[in-house]
Amino acid sequence: MSEVIHTDHHAADYSVDQHAGGQHGPEKGLARWLFTTNHKDIGTMYLWFSFLMFLIGGVMALIVRSELFQPGLQFLKPEFFNQMTTNHGLIMVFGAIMPAFVGLANWLVPMQVGAPDMALPRMNNLSFWILPFAFGIMIWTLFSDGGGPNFGWTFYAPLSTTYAPDSVTYFIFAVHMMGASSIMGSINIIATILNMRAPGMTLMKMPMFIWTWLITAYLLLAVMPVLAGAVTMMLFDIHFDTSFFNAAGGGDPVMFQHIFWFFGHPEVYIMILPAFGIVSHIIPAFARKQLFGYDSMVYAVASIAFLSFIVWAHHMFTVGMPLAGQLFFMYSTMLIAVPTGVKVFNWISTMWKGSMTFETPMLFAIAFVVLFTMGGFSGLMLAITPADYQYHDTYFVVAHFHYVLVPGALFSIIAGVYFWFPKWTGKMYSESLGKIHFWLSFIGVNVTFFPQHFSGLAGMPRRVPDYALQFADFNMVSSIGAFIFGFSQLFFLFVILHGIKSGKPAVARPWEGARGLEWTLPSPAPYHSFTHPPVVTDAEVHG
Amino acid sequence: MKQVGTFASVLGALLLVSRSYADELNMRVGVTDISRQVYDLHMVIFWICVVIGAIVFGVMFWSIVNHRRSAGHEAAQFHESTRLEIAWTVVPTLILIIMAIPATQVLIAMYDTGGEDMNVEVRGYQWKWEYKYLDDNFNQTFSFFSALTTPQDEIQNRAAKGEFYLLEVDNRLRIPANRKVRFLVTSEDVIHAWWVPDFGIKRDAVPGMLNELWTIVPEPGIYRGQCTELCGKDHGFMPIVVEVMEEEAFDAWYDEQVKLAAIRREAISQVLTTDELMHEGEQVYSRFCMSCHQVNGQGIPPAFPSLVDTAVTTGARDDHIRLILDGVAGSAMQAFGKQLDARQVAAVVQYERHAWGNNAGDVTQPADVVNLMAGQYRDL
Amino acid sequence: MSNTHQQQEIMRTVKRLCLIVLGMCGFVAALVPLYDLFCEVTGLNGKTGGPYTYDPATTRPDTSRLIKINFITNTNGGMSWDFWPEYGGVRVHPGKLEEVSFFVKNTTDKVMMGQAIPSLVPISATEYFHKTECFCFDQQVLQPGEEMEMPMRFIVGRELPKNVQSISLSYALFDVTESMQTGDLTGG
Repeated sequence: MSEVIHTDHHAADYSVDQHAGGQHGPEKGLARWLFTTNHKDIGTMYLWFSFLMFLIGGVMALIVRSELFQPGLQFLKPEFFNQMTTNHGLIMVFGAIMPAFVGLANWLVPMQVGAPDMALPRMNNLSFWILPFAFGIMIWTLFSDGGGPNFGWTFYAPLSTTYAPDSVTYFIFAVHMMGASSIMGSINIIATILNMRAPGMTLMKMPMFIWTWLITAYLLLAVMPVLAGAVTMMLFDIHFDTSFFNAAGGGDPVMFQHIFWFFGHPEVYIMILPAFGIVSHIIPAFARKQLFGYDSMVYAVASIAFLSFIVWAHHMFTVGMPLAGQLFFMYSTMLIAVPTGVKVFNWISTMWKGSMTFETPMLFAIAFVVLFTMGGFSGLMLAITPADYQYHDTYFVVAHFHYVLVPGALFSIIAGVYFWFPKWTGKMYSESLGKIHFWLSFIGVNVTFFPQHFSGLAGMPRRVPDYALQFADFNMVSSIGAFIFGFSQLFFLFVILHGIKSGKPAVARPWEGARGLEWTLPSPAPYHSFTHPPVVTDAEVHG
Repeated sequence: MKQVGTFASVLGALLLVSRSYADELNMRVGVTDISRQVYDLHMVIFWICVVIGAIVFGVMFWSIVNHRRSAGHEAAQFHESTRLEIAWTVVPTLILIIMAIPATQVLIAMYDTGGEDMNVEVRGYQWKWEYKYLDDNFNQTFSFFSALTTPQDEIQNRAAKGEFYLLEVDNRLRIPANRKVRFLVTSEDVIHAWWVPDFGIKRDAVPGMLNELWTIVPEPGIYRGQCTELCGKDHGFMPIVVEVMEEEAFDAWYDEQVKLAAIRREAISQVLTTDELMHEGEQVYSRFCMSCHQVNGQGIPPAFPSLVDTAVTTGARDDHIRLILDGVAGSAMQAFGKQLDARQVAAVVQYERHAWGNNAGDVTQPADVVNLMAGQYRDL
Repeated sequence: MSNTHQQQEIMRTVKRLCLIVLGMCGFVAALVPLYDLFCEVTGLNGKTGGPYTYDPATTRPDTSRLIKINFITNTNGGMSWDFWPEYGGVRVHPGKLEEVSFFVKNTTDKVMMGQAIPSLVPISATEYFHKTECFCFDQQVLQPGEEMEMPMRFIVGRELPKNVQSISLSYALFDVTESMQTGDLTGG
């Protein structure tokens, strides 16, 4: 622990350096946010944007859950229900989870590798400002004649082509913009990590968040063009009489699913790998013990990323495939359990014989480990092809992917926000409010999604606006949970605003067990940090 | 000691409760050999996951309780152990191999098509199913549509919901018990999925593509399922109901249906009164047209146009018939010529032209429809 | 300055990453033909292949086996033609060329164009089902009320797996009149 005390002196040094460099601060007013190239400003905008999208997507989820509170149609027409489920999925995946991780990357990548900013600051500004327009267009289509996207977030052809509402063209345009934003963001992150690390930070000394984001960014570069290709083919089928997915012209609707999931499965890991990185920072910090098995963590992330390219058809077991194909995708999918297991075992070994305290980030991180693993278990069950025939497209699948995305990806983001909040704002959030937020979220998430396992096993299909009477109890519980969870995220907003406004001042290293170059900076981190590369010591990075 | 006793009794009570709810809480065992194998597989994986979870989280929570700073625990300094890391790579791999063996066996059994006793083509439509029975030479004998019969009043909460709310249809698919039935699954429009949980079978219905499924059901009974692939507006309203009949009863029903198909072909030459037409027309309308054009004929513009006082319902009668027969390309209006017989088309045309204040003042008979079909009306 | 050096390094990385993106775009473009090829080789989606040429001199029928082939005809998506096979099913020896007929009739009062799309189960038999002539290789244009007989000549490969005793071949007839008007622009 003695190293920790030393580094607080470093922090003071850098802030002096920064002033000596004669750097100007942020511009005033709206121009600051429109034209900023500062990674901290852009990171902040990404985070607030994703939170706004999270609330919009959340409202849609609550509309869906209100309709499903009881059997019968109470509030919505089926055609509007389908628009709500579709847009909830699209907004949460592309508008909330992904931009939140990019926002965290913007804040943390330069500070964790000891760089002054991102490698391509102007492109960074552009890749953020594309997003509000992309989602603006997509949400606007909801108010157009014929409605917005209503074909599920997986937009299977021909429901999304021949049978789609007219607004599908705007949806395609919006997806292209999101893709362009993600590709630019990824190029920026990779260029920063590969070229701007402080001297002495070799690849195998990089913080886990950097490692996971490096691999995620490569995944994004590989699959975003695939998504763009899929929607472009849709566009041609709709407007230029081609027949990529139209059986009549010799095309194949099943090909759409192959292409979509070739993008879609890596996309699933894009949403979870950075979460692994965040949790790998928080658990060691609050266990006051180094991360167990750093090397195997890196290899596990890399092998998960590799496997993600050869498992896509496990989303399509019921589509009709030769036996050999089914077996291949079943085995390859089961294999993912091995590196995922390694990560979970490593986190638990990190806690083992530590000296643990349970501040809010740690609570969210522990909940992440437990609930993500449960999502992993149901994922393993889904990999078993014969059993998947019974689970496929039921609420069991809904429960599964919400367990990996909500207490998985989302909890890690929330944990990360609490963990780095003092560094960003220079204030401490209220620990007791944070804990209330945690317990509300934890209860809400389980009350919402755990019963969905049961309704799925009992035979309730997903994406239905109404259901048979035997599913009524589970749906009622699930809807109640959803409202608890939804409103506890408004409480999260309150905790954050309360922290910004009246939090106690934070020291440079508010968590005594936290390691990493970012903690050598004062809190709040100065507008321009690491204008001179810092000294990388074994105390701060993996030794 | 007392605490242990209380704990044991609470645990016992919980077990009892969960046992009584077990049917609702778990996958359905089903009634076929395949569905039982799938259930067993499901339970094996489930228990493996439970055991692994109990061990892993047990260790974690033990650590959380004991390795707290508030309990005075000092952090140890270890951060790797090659032996341990190899162990927790190898052991899970072995467990996975053990799980893969029965899974592969069940999958191979499921792929054992061929040797079937009868064939039924299952065809998905927005938003109903069509079942076509094929004879031993694969000639189509008779076919029918199977659509939801749950009244709108129940769905709109104006009437109490019945026991099989949303899981009841006008024409059940009927198959014989103890015979191997092969289903050839395909679709008319978008992708649907045909699923009967109790048989343990599910397959996508893809337009232009044929998929096969088979089942042998030992127990006669009524089995219910639903479409499981998002297929548009009424995806939640196209259930599957299969009635498994004793073999003799099925054979008798089958022979009767073959005869009835011939009789129905003749029925189109009948002449009906306007009252009969209006009455039948209302029934046809509520089954086939109402979900889009609504009960009051006002539709939901622009996707589903109104029928009240419009060019179609007041203009040339033959155009009205053609519109119903051929549909409107690129819209939700299907070509009902394949779904409705001439009598049904005549009745619904009569109804639409004389309901909701419409008053075209003409009479449409099945023969009028048949003439427009150029005498090419296919059976059913 | 190390700063300009770093900028050069960054631009080099960016160029390499752009190449990855371009490469993936090329990969997507290649996916469609690759998928078709893959399906043709493996029978993945049950689609039977294009015209097949065989040498009658070297192909002898396997008279030890009789395979049941049945034909399923459907019209799709608002297509109001009649479409039916000569026989619901036939029994054939592997290795022997057979011919069956299908019929279509345009029951409307418009000129229309149809395209039949084949699909076959079990999928494991797809690669052994060869057609030397099939109406599904082209589109059919029918005048109002016109009826047409369409032959299909096929041969089941002798290598057909032993466990396959029956094959179902489905044709879904689609209305492609629109593409007749706008020119033939089939993409896939």
